[in-house]
Amino acid sequence: MTQSNPKIEVKELTILFGATPALNGVSFDVRHQEILAVIGPANSGKSSLLLALNRMLSRIHEASVTGSILLDGRDIGNIEDVEDLRRRVGMVYAMPIALPMTIRENVLFGIRLKRTIRKNEGDTIVESTLRSSFLWDEVKDRLDTSALNLSGGQQQRLCLARTLAVGPEVILYDEPCSGLDPISTAKVEEAMKELKTAHTQILVTNNTKQAARVGDRTAFLLMGELVEIDDTDKIFTFPSDPRTEQYVTGKFG
Amino acid sequence: MDKLVSRLLLLAACSSAAILALIALFIFKEGVPIMARSGLGAFLLGRDWSPLQGQFGILPFIIGSLCITLGALLIGVPLGVACAVYLAEFSSPRWVNILKPAIELLAGIPSVVYGFLGVMWLAPLIRIRLGGPGLSILAASCVLAIMTLPTIVSISIDALQAVPKSYKQGSLALGATEWQTVWRVLFPAARAGILAGVILGMGRAIGETMAVIMISGNSTAIPHSALDSVRTLTANIAIEMGYATGEHRQALFATGVILFFFIMILNGAALRFARRKF
Repeated sequence: MTQSNPKIEVKELTILFGATPALNGVSFDVRHQEILAVIGPANSGKSSLLLALNRMLSRIHEASVTGSILLDGRDIGNIEDVEDLRRRVGMVYAMPIALPMTIRENVLFGIRLKRTIRKNEGDTIVESTLRSSFLWDEVKDRLDTSALNLSGGQQQRLCLARTLAVGPEVILYDEPCSGLDPISTAKVEEAMKELKTAHTQILVTNNTKQAARVGDRTAFLLMGELVEIDDTDKIFTFPSDPRTEQYVTGKFG
Repeated sequence: MDKLVSRLLLLAACSSAAILALIALFIFKEGVPIMARSGLGAFLLGRDWSPLQGQFGILPFIIGSLCITLGALLIGVPLGVACAVYLAEFSSPRWVNILKPAIELLAGIPSVVYGFLGVMWLAPLIRIRLGGPGLSILAASCVLAIMTLPTIVSISIDALQAVPKSYKQGSLALGATEWQTVWRVLFPAARAGILAGVILGMGRAIGETMAVIMISGNSTAIPHSALDSVRTLTANIAIEMGYATGEHRQALFATGVILFFFIMILNGAALRFARRKF
């Protein structure tokens, strides 16, 4: 919390899909070890923003990105090793996507891409990451069974564990709880709060209450524009922009 | 009305199964007695096929069928699967629209044309460059590999495209390269489908007759290298059926019985493997 430089600086970021703008000259900083909640109605550019942050957007042919994103002061557009960037900036998607393997193999998938690991080390990583994602107690007896037999909420926490296993500095969440039951949602949120000690997290959510629960700061996007970014308390009590107030009080969206 | 339709459909379904049963019954009725008379071991493992002397050993043909099929798979599977991976994962949609129909068109070429090309072009090439008679296991394997490509490619493409896009996204987001994603996630996920394609291709290779007769050389001796001529089980039936009578004719039916078992066993084994969960 003491570092003065922001973890991520987004500068004049514009994203076009063909001729349609998804994000329009957006600038903001993300601080070290905070949870930044990003809220806004559908098509406001939230998910595109996340995809730009780990350069998954570059896989979409018609997408074009201008402006810059600095990670620890370095422009991610200039990073040669995009796989390394994606290990540093992990992503948890809206749809829980366990890979078609065992639970253990899911967790260790990312590490094994780079190197082989010994059983002991693997066991340690599996246990610690599954504990961090509040899944350990539910699956510790069946680590070597198919991950596809887990419920949606469990799979989502497995996805978080899998992301944690590669040791990311930043974790992006794209509406991680949109398909989950309240109990799984609570566990994911609890995990996020615990992860603050070592990770910078950006949470895109359609659920303003979730933003209020876990976000240190909250950014409000509307039609590709950043309306407001401020401490979560302020956004939800005294927002400076009337549109923010209307959105968070449920007048539209 | 619904009941009537469902009865009719049931009848149609049963009749195709019944036809299979009748064919099997007929082949067995004609083929089994001769196997019993000369002994199953002597029939399967006999090295000598001299119908006029009453010697019916089909080991050389079993070896011939196996070698050619295996060779065709060795060439065709890597080629076909690589082709499918490229088309399904790496190429632009425009290329897929050109290449996939082109590959599927290969299936429309009559096998006699493949055989003819093999005889006129491939066999001389092998004879001059590598030696041997040219009409050989290698030549037949090459031609059969091409004939199995459309099956393997189009079924593998379907299998790869049926893998949820989310697997790919998840893998890439964990820092996997495109290639690692294909190898570690898409292949295992599409394995059953790809294997189904390989099985069907294998079925085509084992059952193929015309092209094989033309380019395998049809020697009844056991081959010693990929450049030797061989005769397959299918070719054996097709070549001799015109003049076979009595025991000889029964021995050809018995060859059909073995072919029947062959395909059943291979399909069964491959299907079990395909169904095995990770």
